Order: sequence, then structure tokens, then C-alpha cells
Amino acid sequence: MNQHSTDSSDRIDRVRSANTFRELFLLPVWTLASRELKRFFRQRTRVVGALGQPLIFWILFGAGLRGSFLPPDWADAGMTYQEYFFPGVAVLIIMFTAIFSTISIIEDRREGFLQGVLVAPIPRSALVFGKLLGGSILAVIQTGLFLLIGPALKFAGLAPTMTLEVTAGNVAAIAAFLFLLAFTLTALGYTIAWPMDSTQGFHAIMSVFLMPMWLLSGAFFPADSGGWLTWVVRLNPLTYGVAGLRRLMSPGGRMIESSSLPSLGACVAITVVFCAVCIWASVWLTGRQSSKDTR
Amino acid sequence: MSTDPAISIQGLTHRYGDHVALDAISFGVACGEIFGLLGPNGGGKTTLFRILSTILPLQQGIATLLGLDVARRQDDVRRRIGVTFQSPSLDIKLSVRENLSHQAYLYGLSGRLQRQRVDSLLEQLGLASRASDRVESLSGGLKRRVEIAKGLLHQPQLLLLDEPSTGLDPGARHDLWRYLRQLRQQSGVTVLVTTHLMEEADHCDRLGILDRGRLVAIGTPDELRASIGGDCVTIEPKPGTDLAQLIESQFSVTSTRVGESLRIERERGHEFVREVVEAFPDDVLSISFGKPTLEDVFIQRTGHRFWEEEPE
Repeated sequence: MNQHSTDSSDRIDRVRSANTFRELFLLPVWTLASRELKRFFRQRTRVVGALGQPLIFWILFGAGLRGSFLPPDWADAGMTYQEYFFPGVAVLIIMFTAIFSTISIIEDRREGFLQGVLVAPIPRSALVFGKLLGGSILAVIQTGLFLLIGPALKFAGLAPTMTLEVTAGNVAAIAAFLFLLAFTLTALGYTIAWPMDSTQGFHAIMSVFLMPMWLLSGAFFPADSGGWLTWVVRLNPLTYGVAGLRRLMSPGGRMIESSSLPSLGACVAITVVFCAVCIWASVWLTGRQSSKDTR
Repeated sequence: MSTDPAISIQGLTHRYGDHVALDAISFGVACGEIFGLLGPNGGGKTTLFRILSTILPLQQGIATLLGLDVARRQDDVRRRIGVTFQSPSLDIKLSVRENLSHQAYLYGLSGRLQRQRVDSLLEQLGLASRASDRVESLSGGLKRRVEIAKGLLHQPQLLLLDEPSTGLDPGARHDLWRYLRQLRQQSGVTVLVTTHLMEEADHCDRLGILDRGRLVAIGTPDELRASIGGDCVTIEPKPGTDLAQLIESQFSVTSTRVGESLRIERERGHEFVREVVEAFPDDVLSISFGKPTLEDVFIQRTGHRFWEEEPE
């Protein structure tokens, strides 16, 4: 039986010997990721949605909550709310981009694009990584833009003066950490989107799970006053993403000694584990062959 | 080249819960054949198509494509088959060329080989002038051509097409079939097509008719039609008369009730028409006869009309 099959496969195998890692994995990942990028930049409203809304939030909440904000114990006494909120908005942009890019899985399935990918001779993990890589690149680009635009708004009177440290070293570290966070949140979105057959369902999960997760990550308000809220924040893996970004963006000041803000090592370690769990879950879900894939 | 049949299916059964979608189907397709699966929607052809295209797990029975077991050698099968689904699988925000290149990369083709294959298919399918247009701006017929080009990029030995002429006007449908025959002739590609259209089934070398998960007939279109003896006479009786009973006893024939009308197979149909009308002038509303069509074959094998719900 096997002899027959090698006979009949000769012609194809001469044309392509797709047995290398590059052809079997990297090429599909790259083409799926670049498709995400092309689609994104061809739908301008998506660009506005993912970057514009958080930017407006940042300015409005920054102005509105200025008076009622008490800097947490790890911060310099003069910290404004808008400055506190800055890394939080960066994480919000990553989350929005992750949501937008993973919601497209549901559309891909409904519109039929996905079935063409599912019959291709590629491992399912290549499909997952293609989607995650595309979404993560978009998230990092947009967050990077925000990190540049945000402080510059000072000149328009829309942002306070912030004590950010900018060195070649920490810009690279911030970019790397943003990428890690983007991969994590895109993978999290993927695990939610993959089993769904309607985008409405995704919006529901977004409102009751993803948004609260962000709200309770120390991105929007500090929760170091004790009580149940502190515990929820501490158990939220995203807290360590936000805290890690804070530490990378301003490595000096009172933050160093403070114990109520997790250490950078803990932030990176927990985010890496969270990321690995989300990726594993995405690959596992995608690998399950079920009749649902074909609907 | 191998002597394996392109497709070999034995005892294939598939259930969705209690519903039996495929009931112990067995048939084979030879290399280089254009084989059609004809049946009404819900007859099981899409389920069969999905099993063969490796996206639906095989539950029971054996299916081999090009000598490779679909259940065990999924990736090898995927490399050798081209699949065109009924619903579009193109990214409408990408151009024609981008869609094809994307597909080529998924199949491990890159660099010059990728460009050559894409260019050659754009040429063959008459898409070269639209290569840089976004797919969303194409007509249904052109989109379908891109779908087919997509399925052929990696030079599959077997092409699976699910309802390929969905949404095509008669001209485009004609072109499609001309291209499939040309493809078979030039590259020896085996083609499996599912369809619910009788006139389309006529283009196939051989046909399998699927109804409610069972393969009710298999053969060339001519063989299938010839399996019905003589002509088909269709009578619409006046309501309230038991014409079937009367005709059966007088002419010793068997009739099939199909909806409101009676169907009788009979040689020398024209004489039979006259005899019936003379014998029961008041009970016949209309009567016609004709050479058997594939629809007649379907009715004869299943006892119901092609577009009919279950009679009970």
C-alpha cells in the first residue's frame, strides 16, 4: 500500500519537497501574518478604532479624574492621573487590537476563507502562529504610535509632563515586552474566538471578561488599599503586564523600592507563563478536529 | 504512474447524532475520470465531499484518495488534492494575485516557482488582466475562476469541486466545464464534482446518484438513462379518480405516483399515450411522454421527485 502511494506522489514531490521547517511552518505563518497586516491597512476604520478610542479615553479620563486621583505609594507624589493612566492605555490598545484581529477568525470561518486554510497541508499550529504574529505586529505598531503621540500632546496642552526614561536599552526592552503582551492578549482572544460562530458572542465575552480584566489590572486605577479588590487585581495575570510596562517606562524614582508594585522579574515571568498558557490553549483548540470546523 | 484508483470508498458511513448522513457508501473513481455526485441538497454529497477533502473526520468505513488512506495520511492527501468549496474561500480585501500567492505559500511554493505557477494559472484561466484587482470587485464567474486557480496551484492529481457552478450564469458554466475537460486532457487530473443540477451532471463521464445518504445509482449518464426501459409517460389524472388502478389493470403496467402525477415506463410511449387517452378520455387532465432524463432515473431509483421532501 505504501509503495503505491510513493509512486503516485513522485510528480508532486519533484515539484515541491515541502518537508523543510521553512516551507511547512515559516512560510505559512508569514503569509497568514502578512495577510492580517494587508487587511488591516486596507480597512481604515479599524486603524481609527483601535488607536483613536484609547487616545480619546486617555485625554478625557486624564482631564476628568485629575482632581480625584491619589498617587499610589510606589509613585512620586506629583504624579497626575493621566501619567498613571499612560501605560494602562498602552495595554488597552494592545487589547483592542488583539480583539479586532481575533474577531476576524469568526469572520474567516463564516465567509469561508478558513476552510481553504484548513485543507492546506500545514500544521494547525502554523495557522495559530500566523494569526497571532499578524495581530501582535499590528498591536505593537499601534501601541508604539501611541507611546510617541501621547507625550507629544503636552505641546497641545492635552497631556502632562511625564517622567519617562528614554534610552536605547529601555526602548528595546519596552518593544520586546509590548510584543510579549501583544502575543499573550492575541492568543487569549484567539481562544475565545476560535470556538465561536458569531461576532456578537465575542462582543459579549469582551464586555464581561476582557474589559473587566483590563479594568482590574491596575491600568485604570490603583488598588493597593486592601480588601477584595486588591486580591482580584493580584490574581489577574494582566496586572503583571501593566506593572511590567510601568517599570520599564520609568525605571527610576520611588518605584524601585516599592513592594506593592510587582518586581520586573515577577512581571516578566508571570507574563511569559500567561502567554505560554494562552498559546498552548489556542493550538490545542485549533488542533481538535471537529465537524464544527466545516460549518 | 500508479494504478490505484483516484478515489476508492468502501462502506463509508457518517452520522450527525442520530441522523445518518451517509449510509454504507461504496464506489470507485478511476484516474483521469470526471465523476459527478448528483443528489438533492441534504442527500449526503456535501458530507462525503467534506470527508474526502479531509476536514470532516472519517467515522466508519474506508476512503482512499490516490492510494492514500484519508484517515491516516491526512497531510499526504492534502498535498495531492485541490479543493474548491461551494462557499467562497477568497479574501475579498486582497487582490487576485495576492490570494493566489497566499495559497501558494500555504502549499510551500515560494520564490520563482510561486510566481511561475501563479502567472501560469492567471493566464490559463483568463485572469491575467484582473490580477491586481481586489477580489471584491470581481463578478461571480471571475471569483469562481480564481477559486479554481487556487485549487490548482500545487498541481494536484485530484480536484474536488463542491457545486462549482453555484452563482454562475450559463456562459460561465459552459466555460467552466470546457476548462475542466481541457485540464483532464492536458494534465490527466481526476475531477470529482458534486452537483444538484441535472444538466450539469450530464457533463460528467460517470455519475453517482446520492439520495438520503445512499448511493442509489452509478454509471455513465447514458447507461443510467438506458436503464429505464423505453419512454417515460407522465399522466396528470383528474382529481378524485383512481386512474392508477384503472390503467394498471387494463394495460398490466406498474405506475409510480410522483406528487399528483403518475409515471409509467413503457416502450413505444406514443402508442401508449393514445391508448390511455382513448380508454379514459374523461379522467386524464394531461399526458406527456419523453425519452428518459436523469431526473427520471432519480425518480425510478428513489420513488420520489428530485426536489421533494420525504413522502411520509
